[in-house]
Amino acid sequence: MSAEPSESLSDAVSRIPPGSSVATGLALEHAIPFAAGHELARQGIDDLTLIGPISDLLFDQLIGCGAVSRVRAAWVGNVSAGTGYRFREAVENDEIDVENHSNFSIALALRAGALGVPFLPTRSLLGSDVFAESDCFEAGTDPFGGEEVAYVPAIEPDWAIVHAQRASPEGDVHLWGNTGIVDPAVGAAENVLVTAEEVVDPETIHSDPSRTAITREQVSAVVECPWGAHPSPVAGHYNRDNEYYLRYHGATDTQAAFDEWADEWVYGVDDREEYMRGVDADLSITEPTVAAEVRYGQ
Amino acid sequence: MASEAYTPRELMVSAAADEIEDGDTAFVGMRLPLIAFQLAVSTHAPDSMAVYESGVVRDGPADGFIHTMCDLPNLNRAVSTTGMLDIMSRLQRGDVDVGFLGGAEVDRYGNLNTTRVRAGDREIRLPGSGGACDIACMAGRTVLLMPHESRRFVEEVNYVTSPGHADDGSGRENHPAPGGGPDALVTSKATFGFADGKLFLRSVHPGVDREAMLADFPWEVRTAPEVGEGPVTTTPEPTAEELDLIRTFDPDGFWT
Repeated sequence: MSAEPSESLSDAVSRIPPGSSVATGLALEHAIPFAAGHELARQGIDDLTLIGPISDLLFDQLIGCGAVSRVRAAWVGNVSAGTGYRFREAVENDEIDVENHSNFSIALALRAGALGVPFLPTRSLLGSDVFAESDCFEAGTDPFGGEEVAYVPAIEPDWAIVHAQRASPEGDVHLWGNTGIVDPAVGAAENVLVTAEEVVDPETIHSDPSRTAITREQVSAVVECPWGAHPSPVAGHYNRDNEYYLRYHGATDTQAAFDEWADEWVYGVDDREEYMRGVDADLSITEPTVAAEVRYGQ
Repeated sequence: MASEAYTPRELMVSAAADEIEDGDTAFVGMRLPLIAFQLAVSTHAPDSMAVYESGVVRDGPADGFIHTMCDLPNLNRAVSTTGMLDIMSRLQRGDVDVGFLGGAEVDRYGNLNTTRVRAGDREIRLPGSGGACDIACMAGRTVLLMPHESRRFVEEVNYVTSPGHADDGSGRENHPAPGGGPDALVTSKATFGFADGKLFLRSVHPGVDREAMLADFPWEVRTAPEVGEGPVTTTPEPTAEELDLIRTFDPDGFWT
């Protein structure tokens, strides 16, 4: 099995039905699939359950667009500025259901899903209200040593959406820089959508197999999407557009203000190319680091 | 050096950096600790390492300003860029010496709240834990950083996002979390330690009125001599070298 070639991001995203659980923003502040997220909103795919560790802006935007019913995450906001106003207001108005996690508990939940086991134990959470106030976790006892542990149940998302530097048309993916919880989420998810800065010849993937983070049988769709993670950074491609995060914070403190923002940046553009015409920032890599040559061979 | 020569947050960064010992593995999160680790590893703790929950391991400062742990200067020439489970495994095994935490509310036991606070009738939702709960539970010791504002110091936090010490004076003895718990609180006016699992005043920042500062707490804060930890001192001002470094790491004062 391999990925079905997709003509466009629009085609690929249209395969995600309303009501799906979607894990994304998995590399934390790095390589966030904003282009795919905005396409979800443009297509009106709603009633989503969003799953992630920290979400730097993208969950806030999808909540503002009315696409979200439930969030299972450790943190939702804007790392440059703190508050995500659309998340805050939706919680305070009881418009979305939130399952509070820590970063480790969401990572373990997805790892359990990837391993095909019902839960994993941890020494984290104990003594916190993340644990005490949640009906997600259970207190347990190590059957061998008798110590108290917390049980974290498996999460198996319907979809994981990942942005990467390069992928082959078949769906083999090179991803580098920090990866957060991409690996457990891809392993746990039923379907994986990959957006890549470049779609490359399979030979490029085969030349450096240790760089391959995702293989084709896990992937449902691959789309070439340059700048698909803006305003987040992508190692080797572009820097974080911090001003964009600050302007978003200043421009979305009410729903009406957010709607204006979304009309410009989400609904007012057809695709990523048009979106990027609105970005006026030099995010280029100024000091490229080229890795030492890696040899395989036989 | 006149007190106008540095900002309160520059002093906090200097005081936070002092909490990193040479050879430590430090768990670094958002905001001021991003600068504090770089200061420590550039001065008194050259053999310290930083781990970041996004999956970054570093042994030196970034060559460029970082807004977040995933900004490219923090990834560039790192020791390792890996995944979260790698980093959290180190934490759970007990291999992280010190972790940094912030909070909207803190109580005398060092319980921290970053999930939801009350303001009159309204309950305000905050971003949540991120990795803070994990760090609080499992780091060898934690250092808490927050602006000095009376509303942040409470008898009981509204939500325990990041657990502190047990409330029976046993510290972490009778507490289910395996790590050492809070070891220091650095505010914009003073630094505090923990003895028997409860807060005490360790030093007052230069130019700060001690009694007015202590009046920001709803309980009578113990002082270092009361817990046998020597006199209350004046927090050292950042040295010229430290200020130079802080302003190199944060040239526009974005965080400081």
